[in-house]
Amino acid sequence: MTEKTIQVDYIARVEGQGALKINIEKDGKVKILEFQIFEPPRFFESFLIGRKYDEVMEIASRICGICPVAHQITALRAVENALGLEPSQQVKDLRKLMAISAHIQSNVLSMYFLSLPDLMGYESIIPMLKDHSEIVKRGLRLKKLGNDITDIVGGRAVHPVTMIVGGFSSLPSKNQLKNIRERLLDAKKDAFETVDLFSNLEIPDFNRKCDHIAISDPGQYAINYGRFKSNKGLDIDEMNYRKYIYEKQKLYSTALHSLVKNRDSFMVGPLPRININFKQLSSDAKDAAKQSGIKFPNYNPFVSHLARAIELVHDIDESIEIIDRVPLKQEKSNIICNSGFGAAITEAPRGSLYHSYELNNNGIVINADIVPPTAHNAYNIEKDLNAFVQTIHDLSIEEITLKCEMLIRAYDPCISCSAH
Amino acid sequence: MKEKTKIAIFKFTGCAGCQLEFLHLENEFLDLIKLFEISYWKMVKRDNDEKKWDISLVEGGISTPREIQEIKQIRKKSKVLVAFGDCAIGGCIPSIRNWIPQMEVEDKVYPDTSNILSTKVRGIGEYVRIDAELKGCPPHRENIIELLKAALLKIKPRLRQHPVCVECKFNDNACLITSKRIACMGPVTCAGCGAICPTLGRECEGCFGPMSNPNTSALADIFRDIGLSDQDIKRKFRKYAGMSPHFFKEAGD
Repeated sequence: MTEKTIQVDYIARVEGQGALKINIEKDGKVKILEFQIFEPPRFFESFLIGRKYDEVMEIASRICGICPVAHQITALRAVENALGLEPSQQVKDLRKLMAISAHIQSNVLSMYFLSLPDLMGYESIIPMLKDHSEIVKRGLRLKKLGNDITDIVGGRAVHPVTMIVGGFSSLPSKNQLKNIRERLLDAKKDAFETVDLFSNLEIPDFNRKCDHIAISDPGQYAINYGRFKSNKGLDIDEMNYRKYIYEKQKLYSTALHSLVKNRDSFMVGPLPRININFKQLSSDAKDAAKQSGIKFPNYNPFVSHLARAIELVHDIDESIEIIDRVPLKQEKSNIICNSGFGAAITEAPRGSLYHSYELNNNGIVINADIVPPTAHNAYNIEKDLNAFVQTIHDLSIEEITLKCEMLIRAYDPCISCSAH
Repeated sequence: MKEKTKIAIFKFTGCAGCQLEFLHLENEFLDLIKLFEISYWKMVKRDNDEKKWDISLVEGGISTPREIQEIKQIRKKSKVLVAFGDCAIGGCIPSIRNWIPQMEVEDKVYPDTSNILSTKVRGIGEYVRIDAELKGCPPHRENIIELLKAALLKIKPRLRQHPVCVECKFNDNACLITSKRIACMGPVTCAGCGAICPTLGRECEGCFGPMSNPNTSALADIFRDIGLSDQDIKRKFRKYAGMSPHFFKEAGD
């Protein structure tokens, strides 16, 4: 055994700019391990100060082009909590449909475009077209379905426009939703095939039991509302987030690292969601999970791909349920500006996303605090890498490098978000 | 066989939304791959060709010394360099911070700012020559296709420079300013989105940046008449394109 250095200057097939540096000593011990996020920070929390409550949603949306919907909904809910405004059931339903459509788009992007090439031995999805065009086309079809729903309900797929404080500026038509419903029914087959695909691909056998956290609600698969819960007893209201979660700075990363107070790093994302909220999945999603042969709760981060596929089945089922019950009636909300503090946690595709705002009497932001899923995960990714590298240290440098990249991609990091 | 046109896609200070808009061309994706060779795209490819490119689409503004060096290198290796979206054109939303002292900006976010090398956010045109601009936050898919088609045909792309108002007329929208006295940025904002917001019941916020030669002071007068404060007007002009000359001036100090 010799000393090994793993160095990736710019990690491919993830959103944003990150590097990886690992030094492994002769005996396989890890000397240095740094997930170096060098994404230029954009300082949203600084320049949101002085902006008005009704433009927070559109500004926060620009934190991320992959998960703008999650930032919009979280910002809107935090602002509404600050104003003491409770949106109607219809608004909650349509926002959930928006959130789910964004999950479909983003999770399909992660599974098919960013990670599948690793698992099937290609550099990207482009050369896969020649040998596996049906799989690539299925990915494109599913991604388009997610995008089209966001587009129809939100006005456009990237940085949608119809969600405003209190409600929607415009509602989709019954006919538009009817068409979407038919496409969702057809997409079930694609979703099951996705579960099949990812249950049959070989992944590294690596388990590390750590804190898994997601929002949770006994009545539904929690995406926009729920208590912040872990597999190790944390169970808190979103307003109390800062009493339990804190951040630490590492000078090699522009993303801060998150920790549970008096505990350690933690994981958020599709795998923790399924581990914590398995009961609330649709029955078809539960069946798909059972047929995959993988047992949940599961602590192999590479199972995240399969978790996304199982969620895809659920997402389609729940979208149909929402379309069937939403009345599409015109509503008006009455907004009264007053000072206050509001926080919200939702599940972005990559995991729990926290926003909080303090407003003054004129509805101007005087304080903003945002923690995206990849900032939650950054430290845990390092901890996983550290344990993982020790199990594969006798492989070649190229193989270790690829496998470490694969582990990072299993988290589907959104690095722009993390260095907001 | 004739060599395919080589495309490269880069990300600087931004949100990846413009790249996503490109990736959302699901219907055209297979055709695009037939016509173009995607030689460099970190978000999608692991093997990237770093030699030279026919068309480079650059997303994001410039906000660190490293980015200044990188954009200059990319310029040298690119035949056509496109500012892909509002961030690359003028910094977009992140440029709102340009009017706050940099130390104050950094201290709000980082306990230790010794590793933060950020400057104000500027468009890539501040550092290198650009050949085309795709306006929008994000640019509309159809405009991306228009630009790529024009590049293949070696003709000038037809990108709109008129205001969003023209698209409202196409859509038969009642004017929000005259009919409801809502402060809409449409009259000074470049078209290209299809007037999405006014069509969906809300004012244009200006996410495509300024049209050519906008009359910002006339619109600011209308806003004042509607009842907006000077601070409100400043916020309107200092959002997606605060660094553009007309909006810069209208927003004041």
